[in-house]
Amino acid sequence: MKRELMKGNEALAEAAVRAGCRFFAGYPITPQSEIVEYMSWRVPEAGGSFVQSESELAGISMVYGAAAAGFRSMTSSSGPGFSLLHEGISYISSAELPAVIVDVMRYGTGLGDIFQGQADYWQGVKGGGHGDYRLLVLAPASVQESADLIALAFDKAEEYMNPVLILSDASIGQMMEPVSLPDLKGHDPDQFQWSLKGKQGGDFRRVTSTMYYRTDFNEYIKAKFDRIAENEERWESVSTEDAEVIMVAYGISSRIAKEAVRLGREAGLKLGLIRPISLWPFPKKAFTGFSENLRGFLTVEMSSLGQMGEDVALADRMRHPVYAYLSGDKVPDPETLVATARRVLAGEMKEAV
Amino acid sequence: MVMRKKSPLLVEDNKFCPGCGHGIINRLLAEVLDEMGVADNTIGVAAVGCACLQIDTFGIDWIQAEHGRAPAVATGIKRCRPDKVVLSYQGDGDCLAIGMAETIHTAFRGENLTMLFVNNGVFGMTGGQMAPTTLPGQKTTTSVHGRDVTKTGNPANILELLATFETVKYLARGTVTDVAGINRTKGYIRKAVENQIEGRGYSFVEILSPCPTNWGLTPLKSIEHIKNNVAKVYPPGEVLNRTEEAK
Amino acid sequence: MAKEKIITYPERCKGCHYCLSACKKGALSVSEFTNKKGHKAIEANAEKCVACGSCFTVCPDYVFELVEEAGA
Repeated sequence: MKRELMKGNEALAEAAVRAGCRFFAGYPITPQSEIVEYMSWRVPEAGGSFVQSESELAGISMVYGAAAAGFRSMTSSSGPGFSLLHEGISYISSAELPAVIVDVMRYGTGLGDIFQGQADYWQGVKGGGHGDYRLLVLAPASVQESADLIALAFDKAEEYMNPVLILSDASIGQMMEPVSLPDLKGHDPDQFQWSLKGKQGGDFRRVTSTMYYRTDFNEYIKAKFDRIAENEERWESVSTEDAEVIMVAYGISSRIAKEAVRLGREAGLKLGLIRPISLWPFPKKAFTGFSENLRGFLTVEMSSLGQMGEDVALADRMRHPVYAYLSGDKVPDPETLVATARRVLAGEMKEAV
Repeated sequence: MVMRKKSPLLVEDNKFCPGCGHGIINRLLAEVLDEMGVADNTIGVAAVGCACLQIDTFGIDWIQAEHGRAPAVATGIKRCRPDKVVLSYQGDGDCLAIGMAETIHTAFRGENLTMLFVNNGVFGMTGGQMAPTTLPGQKTTTSVHGRDVTKTGNPANILELLATFETVKYLARGTVTDVAGINRTKGYIRKAVENQIEGRGYSFVEILSPCPTNWGLTPLKSIEHIKNNVAKVYPPGEVLNRTEEAK
Repeated sequence: MAKEKIITYPERCKGCHYCLSACKKGALSVSEFTNKKGHKAIEANAEKCVACGSCFTVCPDYVFELVEEAGA
């Protein structure tokens, strides 16, 4: 397949269109604005509709409407804008509709800043909106993966009738790498019985919380999310079998951690890496088959508080200590990670969880 | 002659309180969609509040929007399915408080949609709190001494505001207080739907409606209140018609 | 034109009395029948009714219908 040099955000946008996305509504915010810009011409070119919405609240609502009409629909945002999407995400999940949401994470609380960061793990993974729901959360660590995961996201959203979140970050979104893209695919919104199209002589449809129409709702919805949890764990393990320190990192941080594994091993340190690709469900199945010499996990995250550590401890059933290297708005460097791993082995680090 | 019989679209008894105007407005909308033969190709967007109670009793495809976002949800549907009739149905809090941004921007973009706004001057479902449309001095559960316009502003006149946008093609305000007024309101709704079908652009119809439960008045006294007080602040009639048909 | 006849569905009535106010012929009255919703339903006097349809127009609960009389 032909490879092109593309920015992460643009590869993601192009791959979305090629996966059949024919409705996009969005609002500018750094560092995801390239997606809105790209979709503003590309979706109409592919025969779909683009709306630059007055707010993220309106944008996700437009996506809700378009998704209910059976169209592959998407929005993207970052940080403060992502906060505003959760109202609509909760409604889309409650109505059991497919949609894809992209959060190209930045750094900080409140306005925060446009710097690179991984500050939205909690908001994306733990359910930013009200109610009992989960999102399948996929975190790309390369431009190619940005393209691959967005196509998977549309398929999974329809398979489970639930929104899927792509949790990218500023570094992955802004970097340029070679990428292969699939061919352009169409999408038939009328293939679904449930899609709003006017009742056309049949029963009328009511798109709203499905809880109103099921007496077995509690059991039903639990079973649905249990099924996602069971089937959708995705991860990459690097040299974990004999590792004495296993780093856990996703997105941009995982790339540095992978380099640190290589550097550490060259220096005789038995380092490993678990890279979650799905953040929910968190890849619990990756946390087996470790060496008796494993001294602990080292999470590597671009946040201040360390948002993923608790999930690592739970996935490991708290059998090993969890340490953290938290670099805030700075991309960590591999040498520092190797040095931090040495401190773990020397017993100099305080546990993070 | 026009059939005077419950529309087959009204599939069950409505769930509104005694004397609530929504029941009349539901009938008018059902008759318009029936008479125009478009009910099978109509998608309704229901607001949060009493305006969502009809999604089980009014037999067209519906989607329940988030509070205030009905025009945005409608935009998403209409952009994807331009051949369908897409209409939103909202109350005061939804359309003019939490959803004012969506209301204005949908009009500002000139979406080819029909928006229906039921003005009963209060938040109905939550128990009669003050709305942007509450009259000066009107007592509600959040304006117990009467609405103080020095602190809460004057009743919002959305039609005057929307009339300033060139993208807006049709604006009317109807009532449900008497036979003639009800029949005129039906005509406004019909035009607003026709405009969309003909691709003429954005239409918005406001309807003054009684809420006896939250006004603390009998239904008949509520009708008198609209005639004597509400209609003075919100005069009924066609406010704007920029369609080709009007020329 | 065929003569129209008024039909009432008393179970739908919620007792708002908009119809009583709208009827100019005094053809409607409150009956002794209490429906399942707990309202004393409206009844129509077919003799006085001129089938103007005002009750149908103002009723929020679809209590009234005006239908052509069979064989008329």
